[in-house]
Amino acid sequence: MIEKALKGTPIYWGWLALLLALMVLGAACYIRQFLFGMALTGMGRDLSWGLYISQFTFLVGVAAGGLMLVLPFYIHDYKVFGRLTILGEFLAISAIVMCLMFVMADIGQPIRALNMILHPTPNSMLFWDMVVLVGYLTLNIICGWVILTAEKKEVKPPKWGYFFVSVSIPFAVSIHTVTAMLYCGLPSRHFWLSAITAPRFLASAFAAGPSLILIFCAIMKKFAHFDAGKEAVNKLITIIMYAAIINAFFVCMEFFVGYYSNVPGHMHSLEYLFFGLEHDGHVYNNLVPIMWTSVIMCFAGLAVFAYMKLAKAQTDTLVVLGCALTFLSLFLDKGLGFVLGGLVVNPLNQITEYYPTLNEIFVSTGIWATGFFLVTVLYKIAVAVEHEVEA
Amino acid sequence: MDNNRRSFLKIAGITALAGIGAPVAAHLSSSPAFANSENNAAAQTGHEAAGESEKHSGVRLGMVIDMRKFYGQPDMLDKVIASCNKAHNIPHIVDGNGKTDRKSEIKWIWKAPYADVFADQWVEQSVAHPSKTIAENDFLVLCNHCNQPACVRVCPTKATFVLKENGIVAMDYHRCIGCRFCMMACPYGARSFNWKDPRPYISEYNPNFPTRMRGVVEKCTFCEERLALGQQPACVEAVQDSNAIVFGDLNNPESQIRQVLARENTIQRSPAYGTQPSVFYIV
Repeated sequence: MIEKALKGTPIYWGWLALLLALMVLGAACYIRQFLFGMALTGMGRDLSWGLYISQFTFLVGVAAGGLMLVLPFYIHDYKVFGRLTILGEFLAISAIVMCLMFVMADIGQPIRALNMILHPTPNSMLFWDMVVLVGYLTLNIICGWVILTAEKKEVKPPKWGYFFVSVSIPFAVSIHTVTAMLYCGLPSRHFWLSAITAPRFLASAFAAGPSLILIFCAIMKKFAHFDAGKEAVNKLITIIMYAAIINAFFVCMEFFVGYYSNVPGHMHSLEYLFFGLEHDGHVYNNLVPIMWTSVIMCFAGLAVFAYMKLAKAQTDTLVVLGCALTFLSLFLDKGLGFVLGGLVVNPLNQITEYYPTLNEIFVSTGIWATGFFLVTVLYKIAVAVEHEVEA
Repeated sequence: MDNNRRSFLKIAGITALAGIGAPVAAHLSSSPAFANSENNAAAQTGHEAAGESEKHSGVRLGMVIDMRKFYGQPDMLDKVIASCNKAHNIPHIVDGNGKTDRKSEIKWIWKAPYADVFADQWVEQSVAHPSKTIAENDFLVLCNHCNQPACVRVCPTKATFVLKENGIVAMDYHRCIGCRFCMMACPYGARSFNWKDPRPYISEYNPNFPTRMRGVVEKCTFCEERLALGQQPACVEAVQDSNAIVFGDLNNPESQIRQVLARENTIQRSPAYGTQPSVFYIV
């Protein structure tokens, strides 16, 4: 089926060439980092996780988000999502590849990465995260391929295919839960030490993942004659709205616990993220504009969706606008604020702000480009198969 | 003092018996300090000691830092820190202007204000009236060698682990993958990461201790390599005359450290995290 990715319009090839260029740039920057050391990043002794790990965290959510398509179709037999589930699975594959690349970019001795397998340590959440991520990746490769092959041959997928799909559903939940457990079990990081971290991660994932899929659907509708169907889009928007509202509710609960209890440790990170944290006469606030942008985008996205629903005006432009606002809002919140906000006050009560370096940003861009490259090729194959069947 | 020396030999014996000194010794076999005869002697002492210590539930090494002896004497703190830096080839990483590079710093034992060291007991708004002593003096900070170490719990490769024989939280620099999860988990900020090759920044090279490479985490090891030779930790030795740092077995009621703990009021850093730190302070 791979040959289907080799036929395309100049726009398709141009897009892939652009991504490839970014990938090459990222690889070059990574080689610099590999040869010199992690000092080329903006991270340091006090703030020792940065852009890489925060984006890894966000992308685990994007991967898990595909669940919102797979679950209604396979468990509730919601047929409208039939054409979309394959997109959820292929997005999950690309997102997890990005996650694994971000982890590899973040570790100081990548050559020793296999030590995680050679010396398995069940008490480490990072070990379990590796297990569930690799498991979910494998499941999605199997499911995606089985379903697509069946579609191509115009037969029902084999029974054992359904087995893997069923297993992939709890796996989707587990990848983001275990990723949250990386954070929420650490004794002195107050902002992360919250039982709502995992539920919050899941809620934001179920908004961010489907948002990205709807954006891709709109692009494919314009360039590849692939129509997801009005009802499917409408239903997905409902799901995104609920997930985004639940996420916002969870964030509000964090605010309540912090500010009503008045426990300084529980307020520090929120104070830093949203208002600026004062320490020794200096106010630290470099993420404040980003967090408020996130808040505004979240509500703007919800407003766009609400207008679409109330006025029954579902246009592609509005769908893309609402989804882009939601996706970016959650990216800023979880892909930046969550990790950096939790680390701003170190265990010795000192404050360190984080500024990523250009090298780090290019490595990250390269990884994103790799993910988009993969998703483009996989979606191209999926759509081509669909067209072939229709023809 | 004689008694003190004897208890050290015991610890040393147990350490050597367990073969903890071995990887270091193998690595630096050219070093005369690790001559075989000495190792054998330590191992023999260990046989006796192991028999004796069975009465307790194993050795758990700990430290009492008597800050009263450091007050008004910042050079004493510096002496302690310098002795550790020298013994462990700790680099002094500087930026282009020759200033300490806070971002890439490596620290095993260092000094910091009370407000930083005892962060959970110090909230800017509430301690409006700190005592003069607290306001004017710096305090020593190092790995607490916790009985319930959060860093060991999170490490995905067992590159940091508890030595069963003596409770030291040790590091395997050759297994560490540099994920820095232990730095996230440590509530005391005791761990440092080699953000770049540390070797060019070592001012005085000590051939008896391995240097580290970039990309791995390191921290205080209670001088396990010195204990294996029957020596005291470098920091303890540096202020031996004043007995400002007492080191020994927390599980042995007869040990000097237990006598000090029974006599003096001591505090630990953030005990509320449940880590059970093995470093105590008299303030």
